[in-house]
Amino acid sequence: MPQLDFSNPLMTSKLVWLVIIFGVLYFVLKTYALPRVASVLEQRAARIKADLDAARDAQAASEAALAELRAATAAAKAEAQAAIATAMQEAQKKAAAEAEAINARLNAQVAEAEARVAAARDAAMGALRSVATETAAAMLARLGLSAPANDVAAAVDRAATQGGR
Amino acid sequence: MAAEGKAIDALGQFELSTVLGPIGAAVGFTQSNLFMVIAGGLIVALMVYGMRPAAMVPGRLQSLAEAAYGFIDDMVVAQVGEEGRRFFPFVFTLFMFILFGNMLGLFPYAFTYTSHISLTFTLALMVFVLITAVSIALHGKKFLGYFFPEGAPIWLAPIIIPVEIVSYLSRPISLSIRLFANMVAGHVMLKVFATFVVMLAGLGAIGPFVSVMPLAINVALVGFEVLVAFLQAYVFAILTCIYLHDAVHLH
Repeated sequence: MPQLDFSNPLMTSKLVWLVIIFGVLYFVLKTYALPRVASVLEQRAARIKADLDAARDAQAASEAALAELRAATAAAKAEAQAAIATAMQEAQKKAAAEAEAINARLNAQVAEAEARVAAARDAAMGALRSVATETAAAMLARLGLSAPANDVAAAVDRAATQGGR
Repeated sequence: MAAEGKAIDALGQFELSTVLGPIGAAVGFTQSNLFMVIAGGLIVALMVYGMRPAAMVPGRLQSLAEAAYGFIDDMVVAQVGEEGRRFFPFVFTLFMFILFGNMLGLFPYAFTYTSHISLTFTLALMVFVLITAVSIALHGKKFLGYFFPEGAPIWLAPIIIPVEIVSYLSRPISLSIRLFANMVAGHVMLKVFATFVVMLAGLGAIGPFVSVMPLAINVALVGFEVLVAFLQAYVFAILTCIYLHDAVHLH
């Protein structure tokens, strides 16, 4: 096995070269190569952290905006409902007032009409009494009876009050 | 050793020879060292050229470089803790050096420098010296308490102390032999089956059909060796981290 042939002078020289090459490699990596990688990784980590922070801030801002929006919506809703309620009340009041006015006018008209009807009836009733008295007097005359005009009128009146209603 | 038959030369691939003509021969620069330089160049290229864009959203090569960095960084921090950060460049260099050595060795005509016990033992010795130096520097005399855990009954000392010393001293040995043996075994198998392909193919009419079998095995073996190449580099690095944890925290 050539690996165990330690009498070979190349074995020793190979190890000397190994130490030199390994040392140079170690120095180059430690001094130049690895710090560069470290700085790139650090920059990336910082960038990611900054971006994450920005995203978190934006999220907080959006949440605040959302809350504001919700509050504004709620306030607007309440306002609108209050406006609707007052409008409805006013409308109802107005309607009630109008209805009352109409009722009053109608009542007045009804009362007037009733009065007119009563007057007409009274007039008619008055005319009827005189016609009835005259008729009664005429009938009495036909029957050959005579009675004082006052008594006939009183009797007609009595009959009228008894017969009416 | 055993496999050196007439036709199968599975171990010739581990033979050292000098490269770069007379200059290389003069300074004993072997092909093993050449591949170390190639591996080092590739590592530096990946980490420097790959990171050149330094982009917020990394491209392919930059992702690879960052993944390698993050992989070892996570490993060091998870095993050693935050104070282990200063060992990160060493563990990173070690991991990448072994990983690239193992991976480069899978290319045809390449030399697998991690298949030499002298090399893996040198790396393990670096780790051993580092952990010993770190624990002595951090804990001074208390470092000796490592070999006799607090609270153990004193009459057990004659048993515990030698056991602890042997286990401590065997760390570089197990570390180096594991890597070396894995790489050698894999490459010997690849070579043996590859030789079978050639030998069987020469068996007349049925040869090409029979030789498909060792070829299929070799295809599977290469995939397996890629896994082993990564796994052994990972094992070497994570054991280094565990030893560093012991050195920093003393058990």
